[in-house]
Amino acid sequence: MSKIEIRSPLPGTFYRASSPDVPPFKADGDAVSSGDAIGLIEVMKTFQEVPAGVAGRNITFLVDNEEPVMAGQVIAEVEA
Amino acid sequence: MAIKVLHHGLATTVQDLGRPGYFHLGIPVGGAMDRFAMRAANLLVGNDEGAAGLEAVFIGPKLEFTEDALVAVTGADMPAKVDGVAQPGWTAFKVKAGQTLTFDFLKSGARILIAVSGGIDVPEALGSRSTYPIGALGGHKGRPLAAGDELPVGKASLSGEGRTVPEALRRKPGLPAALRVVPGLYWHRLTEASQENFFADEWKVANEADRMGYRFKGGRKLDFVARDQPFGAGSDPSNIVDSCYPYGSIQVPGGTEPIILHRDAVSGGGYFMVGTIISADMDLIGQLQPHTPTRFVKVTMEEALAARKARQASLAQLREALA
Repeated sequence: MSKIEIRSPLPGTFYRASSPDVPPFKADGDAVSSGDAIGLIEVMKTFQEVPAGVAGRNITFLVDNEEPVMAGQVIAEVEA
Repeated sequence: MAIKVLHHGLATTVQDLGRPGYFHLGIPVGGAMDRFAMRAANLLVGNDEGAAGLEAVFIGPKLEFTEDALVAVTGADMPAKVDGVAQPGWTAFKVKAGQTLTFDFLKSGARILIAVSGGIDVPEALGSRSTYPIGALGGHKGRPLAAGDELPVGKASLSGEGRTVPEALRRKPGLPAALRVVPGLYWHRLTEASQENFFADEWKVANEADRMGYRFKGGRKLDFVARDQPFGAGSDPSNIVDSCYPYGSIQVPGGTEPIILHRDAVSGGGYFMVGTIISADMDLIGQLQPHTPTRFVKVTMEEALAARKARQASLAQLREALA
């Protein structure tokens, strides 16, 4: 069993959900498929979805909601 | 020759060195946010410095070439790949017909400038090919690129592969970034304590940072000298009677978050300005990511002019190195 990293494609502020009053895209422990959104990055007055880009099980988030991230920073890990 | 846009990245626009001469009519000067990098990319592929290229912020586009071309990517450190093979930055490389140019994650900086031999041959608008999206002017149909677009490219010779910009000439912001400022006409509006705090505090680039303006957060709120607001100024102490906004001027609405007006900024309004970023440091702003710690450094007009001369000397060295 190996871990696969999901990295932020751009710098900004990371959000787990599409708005404060809805559940997060993914909860810790969820399975993800490649096209799934796992969060949003806010930058330049826009919100960009972060696609998982990989398929895997048991996602673990390494960045908190509303935390600043840099491009290439590992946001989450999944098990292959 | 054309380039097919397979993916647009985040916000990728056609840019050159801009359209000076219309700011008094409210049309901004526009052009590449990092002009030195734009010039360097063009010189690397044998273009005139003012040829049009692409500016991409944070995420690179995915581009397919229909004919052979010489390409250079300068500015931010965001590795280019041709059919998956990594290419060096600040260096001319070949892309063959049918190959695809993609980019890896951004490593440092914010914006890449992509030059293609022959230049992006969109029609000029008011003397420039730069895109001014909110004015729907210039570039490719007056807007950022979208998947499915085809960009015309001018004719060119393809000599110069491997040509590279010497490391010492590849300018990057420091950490914290230091931006030099000449205090402006409204400097007297601040209390002495706030005048000192503005330069003493460490600020951070906010998420609201784009081609129009760069916002900063984290420093102490600025306090204003009490006065009866003059006729024509709003009621907030940061308001003035409407004035021209110079390129590079720093307004601080409400005294809380400084905003540096950049290449696509408005030309006037009613916010007081602390001062103006010196021309020599404007390119650096285009390479700042959100959250980058930044200090404002007070300089005199003489120091600003000396810094401008130093930049002109660097440009002369660049031209010599790539001649």
